[in-house]
Amino acid sequence: MLAIFYMAAAVAVLAAMAVVFQRTPVYSALSLIVVLGALAVVYLLLDAPFIAMIQVIVYAGAIMVLFVLVIMLLNARPEEPTRGSRFAHWLGVPLLIVFLGEFSYLIFRRFPARAAPSAADASPEAIGHLLFRSYVLPFEVTSILIVVAILGAVVLAKKQL
Amino acid sequence: MIPLSHVLALSMILFILGIAGFIIRRNVVTVFMCIELMLNAVNLALIGFARYQPSLDGQLFVFFVIVVAAAEAAVGLAIIVALYRNRGSLSIDEVDSMKL
Amino acid sequence: MATSSDLGFFLLVTIVKVAIILWVLLTAIAYLTWLERKVIGHIQSRWGPYLVGPHGLLQPLADGVKFLFKEDIMPADADRLVYWLAPFIAMVTAFLSIAVIPFGESFELRGHVIPLQITDLNVGLLFVFAVTSLGVYSIVLAGWASNSKYPLFGGLRSSAQMISYELALGLGVVGVLMISGTLSLRGIAASQLGFWRLGGILILPRWNIFLQPVGFLVYFMAAIAETNRVPFDLPEGETELVAGFHTEYSSFKFAMFFMSEYANMVTVSCLATLLFFGGWSGPVFGPGWLRVLLPVFWFCLKVFCFLFFYIWVRGTLPRFRYDQLMAFGWKFLLPLGLANILVTSFVLAWIHS
Repeated sequence: MLAIFYMAAAVAVLAAMAVVFQRTPVYSALSLIVVLGALAVVYLLLDAPFIAMIQVIVYAGAIMVLFVLVIMLLNARPEEPTRGSRFAHWLGVPLLIVFLGEFSYLIFRRFPARAAPSAADASPEAIGHLLFRSYVLPFEVTSILIVVAILGAVVLAKKQL
Repeated sequence: MIPLSHVLALSMILFILGIAGFIIRRNVVTVFMCIELMLNAVNLALIGFARYQPSLDGQLFVFFVIVVAAAEAAVGLAIIVALYRNRGSLSIDEVDSMKL
Repeated sequence: MATSSDLGFFLLVTIVKVAIILWVLLTAIAYLTWLERKVIGHIQSRWGPYLVGPHGLLQPLADGVKFLFKEDIMPADADRLVYWLAPFIAMVTAFLSIAVIPFGESFELRGHVIPLQITDLNVGLLFVFAVTSLGVYSIVLAGWASNSKYPLFGGLRSSAQMISYELALGLGVVGVLMISGTLSLRGIAASQLGFWRLGGILILPRWNIFLQPVGFLVYFMAAIAETNRVPFDLPEGETELVAGFHTEYSSFKFAMFFMSEYANMVTVSCLATLLFFGGWSGPVFGPGWLRVLLPVFWFCLKVFCFLFFYIWVRGTLPRFRYDQLMAFGWKFLLPLGLANILVTSFVLAWIHS
């Protein structure tokens, strides 16, 4: 199980680096889909099967399709390299390493390895119960948010702004 | 069992990569994708915490984040398309004035 | 009881099951193409294939050999990596969802209960939807990577179509989920065993189709659109787009797209059988081995009926126009699916109170 986690983690990190350091937007989008898939595997390992499936259906299957569609529609070519600031090169990378080290130190000190408690029941039924009992107000608010987003997208997509 | 610290470390790496991409990329769509990457890193941390709590609340947070991300993507991509229509470019360096 | 030998036994059984199911699926796909050509031929007063073997039964074999030996052409300006990737995505997503489809009860072998299914997930239905939703990429990427206008149009059209109809597909099955109260495909099928009785007389099998006729209509129409079949086959509409997203594909890569389309048809038909037609439920009698095999037979029979219906529709209906397609999806199927959910939930709440 741990081996699968490390494999998924390695795939996720490599693909995330591809997202960031690729110049071609379509490749970035494809790499991001790989990241999402690898994360879905990690979710499965962390006893969250429902969220893993939702991740693939909604994130990889709907949101990223929109991204790819827009990239194709606008025919986004590889971006031209801009003149990078030397300051960023000399200071950014060391700062990044310091930052990474600091944070990993904090994480590993704050959360030492301990036995995991037995997993909560994450079946779709349990999630549904929680969603429609304790979280019913956020749920309704989200539905309003989606309606607003749809209206916004329609307005923005009109010919004249 | 997967140690919580490893999950968080993975989440941190993904988040930092997202920030890096957000800063160094010049294409609006790629920048947007880096934001999605950061959102996913946060989701991973939430799922990890939910597993070690143990409770389902973290998973529901992720559920909401995904739904909000869907709304965000719809509006954001519509803005990008409108932007492209008006400026004829996807580079964020070109979008530095408030007026057309 | 040694756990390691248990694990070994489990692995062995799983591998055998995967091998058998893959073999059956591939054979079914091959003969589905033969059946399609034959049935369409008869609908149009032709003979269909009849030269290779008796009644053209060896035609799929000949087709396969031909696909293998054709020259593989790649457009000069194609994006090589993505162009390669697209047919593989199509194949993998089409074949993966069969892993959670149950096709019968279980049987006992040396003290182990072996279910007739590769694996039963408690989110099985969501798994199928997740895998099929990834199938869009094969079409979009094939259209984009070919770097040619007709594939690009086909890819754009089909991604819009598949996103739209995925919603209706999901809404169509929600009613069934509310009735059966589970997302496990085995659980859903098992909840439909038995009969409804009226005054001690068996009247109807407990199939969901009798409770959810509207849900079934929504599901099946959306499913035809999802698999890009006539009358919703605009992504590859010959008269306007040459062959749509796979115009530039040839040889074995084309065969992979072709096979994935038929594999998707099989998956969708299996789902329709499981969700609405009681899965493997049917008259069962006789000795033990017959009691195991008969449900599988009923399941396959029902799936075959759906596949035949697919072909029948193709031979009968003309293609939609693109705006009609979108209007049908968003203005008819989607509201119908929502209304069905609303009515179902009210009725269920009334029964439970």
